[in-house]
Amino acid sequence: MAADHGDSEGQPGKTGGQSARDNGLENRLRQLDEKLASRRTAEQEKEAAWARNNKSGWANAVRLSSEFVAAVIVGVAIGWVLDKWAGTSPWGLIVFLLLGFAAGVVNVMRATGQMAEFGQQGGGTGDREK
Amino acid sequence: MRDAAPAITGLRDVADPNKVDPIHQFHINKLIDLQIGGLDFSFTNSALFMVIVVVLTGAFLVLTTSSRGLVPSRMQSVSEMAYEFVANMLRDAAGTHGMKFFPLVFSIFMFVLVANLIGLFPYFFTVTSHIIVTFALAMLVILTVVIYGFMKHGLKFLKLFVPSGVPGLLMPLVVAIEIVSFLSRPVSLSVRLFANMLAGHITLKVFAGFVVSLGAMGGIGFAGAILPLFMAVALTGLELLVAFLQAYVFAVLTCMYLNDALHPSH
Repeated sequence: MAADHGDSEGQPGKTGGQSARDNGLENRLRQLDEKLASRRTAEQEKEAAWARNNKSGWANAVRLSSEFVAAVIVGVAIGWVLDKWAGTSPWGLIVFLLLGFAAGVVNVMRATGQMAEFGQQGGGTGDREK
Repeated sequence: MRDAAPAITGLRDVADPNKVDPIHQFHINKLIDLQIGGLDFSFTNSALFMVIVVVLTGAFLVLTTSSRGLVPSRMQSVSEMAYEFVANMLRDAAGTHGMKFFPLVFSIFMFVLVANLIGLFPYFFTVTSHIIVTFALAMLVILTVVIYGFMKHGLKFLKLFVPSGVPGLLMPLVVAIEIVSFLSRPVSLSVRLFANMLAGHITLKVFAGFVVSLGAMGGIGFAGAILPLFMAVALTGLELLVAFLQAYVFAVLTCMYLNDALHPSH
């Protein structure tokens, strides 16, 4: 933007000096940008490392158990409501409890990164073979 | 919270503030009784602390950024750090498209963080230790994801539940599991925050209770009370970490779920 401004001035003597100065300024701006960019990624890496190291066993335990328990609860809730509506007791509860267990395992595997996220493909196969 | 109130008031005769009772801090008391159309709209201590959290956060952000110095003052840079922290988190998880959800994620992060931190003060009420509050926050997130996903992608949003490369025979089973797994997200999101806050505050109270009851014995008990006292101090530090960590986890998972709404099939 600074360069455009210098060109539109239309005064030959002045533009020469100004564009040189603009070039210098631009160079410095670019350098600053680069420095900021590298610093930003470095900060992000540091943050990620901090998050990895600082995840205490307790936090991990609560995370994984809540993932598993939540799916079972949701499965039971769906089955129970379905039974109430359709009068299929106890089949809805049985089927959805089992589905809930399966979904809980899926949740835990996703949380530990052993399975692909929603809508993504592959990912899990490599780990399974190990 | 409103639903939980009658069940908890039933416990009140069990829980006596004069006894050492770790559950007493979670009681909901009506400050202003308000009934509208047979529904209980009473202004409770929980509601009071939610208002305090919102006012405190809003006032802090407005006051610290009002001068808008190019060289930020100390408090201004705290606000800017909070902004950049959440902005980077959202950009990493959901890309630049995700920035349209920045107000939502930032509000949730600040609300949870300030509510967690305020709850650490003695005699203060911890809003996030009630599952109905955290569940309401989680439902807000999930409904945003679902509604925005259907608005943006229409029925293609349902591709989220159909992993590619699954044999046709197994497909109904896999889709059912995926749907249950998706529905379990708000539950696990809310249970995690609620369980962390509840467990942390109870543990803190139990150890502080040891100090009181051992100290009351005098003599040897007094000397023995030093150990739980140290434990209570250490736990307070841990709780501070947990308060930050859980607000961070809640916000990160919010970003990840919003990413699903933006890009259902990568």
